[in-house]
Amino acid sequence: MKVVDVVCPFCGCLCDDLVVEVCDEKVVKVENGCTLASEKFLGDHRLQSPILREGFGWREIGYEEAISVAADILLAADLPLLYGWSGTHGEAQSVGVHLAEVLGGVIDNTSTVCHGPSILAIQEVGHPGCTLGQVKNRADVVVYWGANAIEAHPRHMSRYTTFTQGFFVKDAHLARTVIVVDTRRTETAEIADEFVQVEAGYDYEILSALRAIVRGREDVISGAVGGVAKTQLIRVAEICKRAKFGAIFFGLGLTMSAGKHKNIRNAIELVEELNRHTKWTISPMRGHWNVYGSNEVFTWISGYPFAVDFSRGIAFYNPGETTSVDILRRGECDACLVVGSDPGAHLPRACAAHLAKIPTIQLDPHVNATTHLATLQIPVAVSGIDAEGTAYRMDGVPIRVQKLVETKFPDDTEVLSAIYRRVREVKGQ
Amino acid sequence: MSGILVRNAFVIDPIKRISGEVMDIAIRDGWVVEDAGPDPVVIDASGCLTLPGGIDSHTHVCGTKVNFGRYMSPEDMRAGRTARRGVMHVTSGYSVPTTFGNSYRYSAMGYTTLLEGAMAPLEARHTHEEFTATPHQDMLANTLFDGNWSVMEAVRDRDIKRVAAIVAWTLSAVKGFAIKLTNPGGTEAWGWGQDVRGIHDQVPHFGVTPAEIISAMIEANEILRLPHSVHLHCNNLGVPGNYRTTLATIDLVPDLNPLRQSLYLTHAQFHAYGGSTWRDIDSRAEAICQAVNGKPIVMDMGQVMFGRTTTMTADGPMEWKLYMLHHNKWSNHDVELETGSGIIPVYYSRKSLVNCVMWAIGLELALLTNDPWQCLLSTDNPNGAPFVKYPEIIALLMSRRYREQEGTLLDPRTSHRTAIFSIDRELSWEEIAVMTRAGQAKALGITGLGKGHLGVGAAADLAIYPLDPDGIDPAVQVQEVIAGFSRTKYTIKRGRVVARDGEVIVEGANATIWSRSDVPSQYDMGQDPAFTEKFSQYYTVRMKNYPVQEAYLPRGVCIRTEAAL
Repeated sequence: MKVVDVVCPFCGCLCDDLVVEVCDEKVVKVENGCTLASEKFLGDHRLQSPILREGFGWREIGYEEAISVAADILLAADLPLLYGWSGTHGEAQSVGVHLAEVLGGVIDNTSTVCHGPSILAIQEVGHPGCTLGQVKNRADVVVYWGANAIEAHPRHMSRYTTFTQGFFVKDAHLARTVIVVDTRRTETAEIADEFVQVEAGYDYEILSALRAIVRGREDVISGAVGGVAKTQLIRVAEICKRAKFGAIFFGLGLTMSAGKHKNIRNAIELVEELNRHTKWTISPMRGHWNVYGSNEVFTWISGYPFAVDFSRGIAFYNPGETTSVDILRRGECDACLVVGSDPGAHLPRACAAHLAKIPTIQLDPHVNATTHLATLQIPVAVSGIDAEGTAYRMDGVPIRVQKLVETKFPDDTEVLSAIYRRVREVKGQ
Repeated sequence: MSGILVRNAFVIDPIKRISGEVMDIAIRDGWVVEDAGPDPVVIDASGCLTLPGGIDSHTHVCGTKVNFGRYMSPEDMRAGRTARRGVMHVTSGYSVPTTFGNSYRYSAMGYTTLLEGAMAPLEARHTHEEFTATPHQDMLANTLFDGNWSVMEAVRDRDIKRVAAIVAWTLSAVKGFAIKLTNPGGTEAWGWGQDVRGIHDQVPHFGVTPAEIISAMIEANEILRLPHSVHLHCNNLGVPGNYRTTLATIDLVPDLNPLRQSLYLTHAQFHAYGGSTWRDIDSRAEAICQAVNGKPIVMDMGQVMFGRTTTMTADGPMEWKLYMLHHNKWSNHDVELETGSGIIPVYYSRKSLVNCVMWAIGLELALLTNDPWQCLLSTDNPNGAPFVKYPEIIALLMSRRYREQEGTLLDPRTSHRTAIFSIDRELSWEEIAVMTRAGQAKALGITGLGKGHLGVGAAADLAIYPLDPDGIDPAVQVQEVIAGFSRTKYTIKRGRVVARDGEVIVEGANATIWSRSDVPSQYDMGQDPAFTEKFSQYYTVRMKNYPVQEAYLPRGVCIRTEAAL
């Protein structure tokens, strides 16, 4: 059976035009998707039942026991950390926030190691953005800054920017000017009309120089800034000012290089400056398919997009203190629940080492690096393949991911709800 | 569920023409009934003003831009936080509280129904998710059509039936309640960093004017027989001299519906400015009220109250202009083929003459409109002020003395620029009841669902306030009025006591009210080649993935109509 208009649960693009062939409750073919999508739909090496670490080995256990063990671990903890969330649907994230609230724990999502700095910058100066269709239909200048779309978000350019026709941009790849700013000549840089090669660590200076030029103060710029010639900076600023509609997309090359949230703030303020001349927007290239959803769900329930500490009863937020990396590095949490992420692979070594020391529970369909640090793993259905729910695209557009095949696995919402019920029972709520 | 008998209540129910009668109200299975049945729970409401549950007909509480207001404002989140207590979840936020924060605080004030003022269709799913997390009020969503490409093209082609068909398809797809136009045409122009400056300006590329969009939508709304009228945020919001735009807009409105207004003018305060710059701004509330009196128009105040708040609207160009004044922080979010939005935090200061004039205009509008059914109480929450300020606004409307007291704290030039201190009128309890529930129910067209009144068959949504109208003089006892309206003794929602003395005591289960107008098959846009082609070419979401699934409305209430097509 062929299913059309399937949503891909891989990256923040949330492409929703895939054609997936299903045979005997298994995905056998994927059309329209990128290679990342195909691997997500077709690669299937599921863990078959919950496993509990015993001595140097694992014991297979049932779901009921797994839920009870998980609840006991969380209840016994003084400060449990509930981490991950970008690889699951919103309904599960919502239960997660309420679970953290009841436990008096900390809940944090993977923004803490990706676009957390973007959020901090937005909290300082705001965010002039738009949905991706605005860019598709209008943009004549597109900038990728510290983002290698071709490899990290393979269909971003063909669905939303460079290569797709828009209402006001008929001959897309001729009509749009593409500027790529990066420290190295990436695949994306190869197709740029203007490649600005920045010396590593100099994004902030380049952004400041562009702001000065846009303000008409090119006289304060020296002959070259951060490895970029003044003549090129002036040329880029002119392209930006002449645009009818410009869009900057930025990635971890900007958020996680020296300067971090101040880089993003500077980029946003450049966009603000450009809006005094013409129309410009700026958008983060969000990684996980539903990391933005975790920011949204956390926010409407707790008030904050990530790093929320409920240990004082109220929702408390102080990135640098209540962020997972900091809590783990200080060895503060004494149990961890991981959902929809692989911190064993992504967090700094010292953080992963602490995860191995404390009881760590993982909800994940697959064996991954975190499995090797975990005490208990509960396999769940995969959102978008055998579970359904809400996801938020990188631009905030909410899309429902579908359930394509029947499964024996419960989904994240079911497992988390069972843990939540058990915790409330024990706490007499 | 056992019944409830509310005894000796001092009832004001303007729709049922009950004006301060001491009576019992019997409740069973969520409805007001003749007989509460055996062994009802008895609530003693002696000496308590008892009104139908409050209805806010224009507030921003759920959805993409509201949540972005929270997201970008940790300082606001810190400014209003409560711990988990009993059945109440943690809450954060002062001007943009979390969903549970909104729900508990509204419930404590006796509000049981809220209309979210602006939902972008493409992002409707988000609004509905937050509705589910706002559990103590029934929710409705105004659906944005101000920059809808398909609508503008049909208006340009003078094809009203097609306009109606597009609205019908969209409302049904996104489970919206009513048509909202926010700066019609202006939000599309903002896609290019531009705006429209009046109702006869051309919208770039689309060959239509705001006036044409407004007129066509008013007509289409009646073709579809929708419960509410078009809900309009006029062009030129917040611009000195904009009262001319508002008056010209009022002139467009025909009288098309015998049951209710033909146009709802929202947050009228922001549209009643004279002068030509911020230096010479003055009030034109009187001109607006004269134009509205006797016309098929209902407006809400959009009252400004002093202090910190967050402004948020689909009117992207307006937020940019406001940002150019405040230079605080600025967010903007344009939505493809549909609309825009913007957010900036503001501080309304008694030291600012402009802010004082705004404060005065809102009150003038309420006091100079002859018929309270035509001017409803709102702050355009949180744009003029957070909704928790409503009790203070009620007190200002009920007491000339209180207005004068406040006046002594303001910029003294306020009395030259406005007429507020020369108005003697003090509103009655009954007029307040009209402006906070009955008027809203009638204007939204939901009295048929049992909203806004307490007759037998009404939804058992009640607000029992610790206020004895026989024992309090609201013209003098201002603090008692404010305290009384801030915290009900009991809030009853669908036949259950949900809040007592300001504490929410049960987990909620609200309903979402939406509209669906059935059209003949030749007007089904889901089958229309040009419409579906536009969708697949220019939206970034496939048409199949666009409609909001039933899963998002666990308790949906559909108002179904037959379109006159």
